[in-house]
Amino acid sequence: MKEHKERVDVGRRKVLGVTVGVASVAVAPGVLLHTLAVAEPRSKPVTDDERWGMLIDSSKCAEGCDACVTACNKENGLDLQERPDGEGEAKWEGQAAKWIRMVKVQDNLTGYVSRLPMMCQHCHFPPCVDVCPTGASFKRADGIVLVDRHTCIGCRYCMMACPYKARSFIHEVVKVKLTRAPRGKGCVESCNLCVHRRDNGEASTACADACAAQGQGAILFGDLKDPDSPLMKALAALPSREIRGDLDLNTGVRYTGV
Amino acid sequence: MKRIVYREWRLAPQRYWGLLVILAAVAGLGGLAFAYMEHEGHWVTGMSNQVVWGTPHVFAVFLIVSASGALNVASIGSVFGKYLYKPLARLSGLLAVALLAGGLMVLVLDLGRPDRLVVAMTTYNFRSIFAWNIFLYTGFMAIVIAYLWTMAERKGNPYTKPVGFFAFIWRLMLTTGTGSIFGFLVSRQAYDTAVMAPLFVAMSFAFGLAIFMLVLMFAFAQDDRPIGESMLFRLRNLLGIFIGAVLFFVLVYFLSKLYGAKNYDLVSFYLIDGGIYTALFWIGWMLVGSLFPLGILFHPELGRSPTWIASACGMVVLGGLSSMYVIIIGGQAYPMQMFPGKTILESGFHDGVGGALATYAPSLPEVLLGVGGVSVALLITAVGVRVLQFLPESLADRDVDPHVAAKA
Amino acid sequence: MANALIRRSLLAIGLSMALPLPGVSADFAPGNHVIPGSKAADLEHCVRETSFMRRNHMELIEHQRHVTVHEGIRATDDGLSGCVACHVSYDQGGQPVPIYSEGQFCKTCHEFAAVELTCFGCHATVPAHTDAEALEEVAPQTGKQPEGVDARVSAAAAAGMEVARVPHELRKEVAD
Repeated sequence: MKEHKERVDVGRRKVLGVTVGVASVAVAPGVLLHTLAVAEPRSKPVTDDERWGMLIDSSKCAEGCDACVTACNKENGLDLQERPDGEGEAKWEGQAAKWIRMVKVQDNLTGYVSRLPMMCQHCHFPPCVDVCPTGASFKRADGIVLVDRHTCIGCRYCMMACPYKARSFIHEVVKVKLTRAPRGKGCVESCNLCVHRRDNGEASTACADACAAQGQGAILFGDLKDPDSPLMKALAALPSREIRGDLDLNTGVRYTGV
Repeated sequence: MKRIVYREWRLAPQRYWGLLVILAAVAGLGGLAFAYMEHEGHWVTGMSNQVVWGTPHVFAVFLIVSASGALNVASIGSVFGKYLYKPLARLSGLLAVALLAGGLMVLVLDLGRPDRLVVAMTTYNFRSIFAWNIFLYTGFMAIVIAYLWTMAERKGNPYTKPVGFFAFIWRLMLTTGTGSIFGFLVSRQAYDTAVMAPLFVAMSFAFGLAIFMLVLMFAFAQDDRPIGESMLFRLRNLLGIFIGAVLFFVLVYFLSKLYGAKNYDLVSFYLIDGGIYTALFWIGWMLVGSLFPLGILFHPELGRSPTWIASACGMVVLGGLSSMYVIIIGGQAYPMQMFPGKTILESGFHDGVGGALATYAPSLPEVLLGVGGVSVALLITAVGVRVLQFLPESLADRDVDPHVAAKA
Repeated sequence: MANALIRRSLLAIGLSMALPLPGVSADFAPGNHVIPGSKAADLEHCVRETSFMRRNHMELIEHQRHVTVHEGIRATDDGLSGCVACHVSYDQGGQPVPIYSEGQFCKTCHEFAAVELTCFGCHATVPAHTDAEALEEVAPQTGKQPEGVDARVSAAAAAGMEVARVPHELRKEVAD
């Protein structure tokens, strides 16, 4: 008995100790990230440790559904826009801001029909950022492309330059504003991947949440730099592409089924 | 060669002040239009999220392009040593500054946030050609004013040639920058081509000279100053060559676009089934703006008549405005090709359903603002030639042509 | 003779206009533009010392707006929504009065100083928990319209909604 106790396998203890140490070091960042992911407003500057993106599966997009559009409009105050007195409906429809829209396309040869939501693609090489004279249109460290509307002069050059026609100009005096999504006459804006949600520690965008709530799950939001994220796992499993991939903009939003 | 005498424009006071009142009134209307657009927001214009640049930009780009072209005449004298053009150099410089001021005014007043002009002038993103243009435009004004000084001030005369050369290079960069506003855009099929830059340079030559000739002929006619055939015909021939240069670059543009299958629809949009844009291209730009003037300018009889030459210049100006409309607004109206090989059946944001063009109609405030900018340019010119010595006393053959003068 | 008369009458007119002027500004307390009824009226001082804020609040706001937009930092006392939440006043019905209206906090001083503000062209003039969307969501969940400022804040927070940040040391005021 006594010999058993004295002949403790020190080597095995060391291995166990090292394994536990390595495991905790490996797990700790995940634990920390999880803590961060629980509704805490950001207190440190955003870094490029993450790159936010989306995978949109057009085959899961149900006919007649625009839950993502409705959710985005509500989340970002776009449904609060009012047609100015004296303006016709059709003209207003062309001037009202829109961050996400549904598009239905049909192949000219095969007749195959796809339905997909289209929004700012958050390119890695955004043409809108290149052309902005004041640098108001910029790409954040975490890959989100947005407009600093304190600096925007409303020249609309970014709207000319965007290959996805993603940007909107505010044509009218805005009467009702949301605290989480300021908006005013004369500046340009587009989908910002619900950046206020990002910065307040929420997990996903309004459109992705709405699509999941509908049961479709066509929009998957996540971190393109994390190989273990559901987004990257899906991208590894499905063939996907960028819209207008020939421009080689390395978009953050990828599509499959189109 | 006889010494050139420059004298203030001696139009009768009533007529001069009448002219100023009209120009100021039109400029004032432009100002009111701006105030209305700025107060209400751009919903009062015809511009939308599909066609974001409208009539004000047509006028602004036209004026800016013409401004750099107007300086050409002075460059021919100073840089290329053609002394025949020397008497025209001062007016050329004044017109360049005036047209640029008018164009910039329209451009700035159309901004969504014109109150942030100071931000635009202090915060720069140098990847943007717009940011470079701010320096190119303001620098151009400064250089031309310096150029005018070297011409007017005797002590400055030795510097006319180097400053003139610098101004010439600068204005080529400026027009290249203006053309590149469109040429650098990969997003729209009508743009995204290197040929935009030289096309705009050629257009600047043509439009600038046409406006210069109109202003010169009007000013001289009102003041009974002679323009000899020697001078007039040289300018006429130059205008013809410049129109030809524009036609050349338009041809190159379409030929190179046509070579790619993806552009077939674009070319047919411009040339065949683009509705108003096709009409403006063929009738406004090609016929009225290029072929008719060429026909007049090189006609054995019509080309010798100052009235016909002036009308040819006027046609070139109309053609210029048409060309700007076709390029700027037509380029935006053509739907963005996001899904090559597919047709868009439905879209929540006007993505060109079934290949439909984006709709745009010029609104009154936009037109007033644009025309107001033209008025401001002409106002500056009218005041300048009246108050200072920009116009030569005479451009008659015996006064400017050394061959004729020698015989006399 | 006439000149002297004119001079004297002009002097009289001038004095009669100049003298009452200090009295005209008796509408608000000397140097204090905080509106009674707003959260700020009950607090010692702002996110910084009052004298500092009077001179430098614009620096804080301009720095913070850059930091929030470019760096994403929202855990801060310096955000504009915090200013609005504290300084907005409430009318008889408990409704917040838009902060940039006549006679309200920002406007009184800025009008006097003749410095135009464009913030509220884009930013909400009422606190987050009282804007149109928020009220629609709170009412169905609690079953009744919450009364009073603090009740609204608690109800909104309970509903998991965005509540404007109040400085930490003053936070206990909110929970009451």
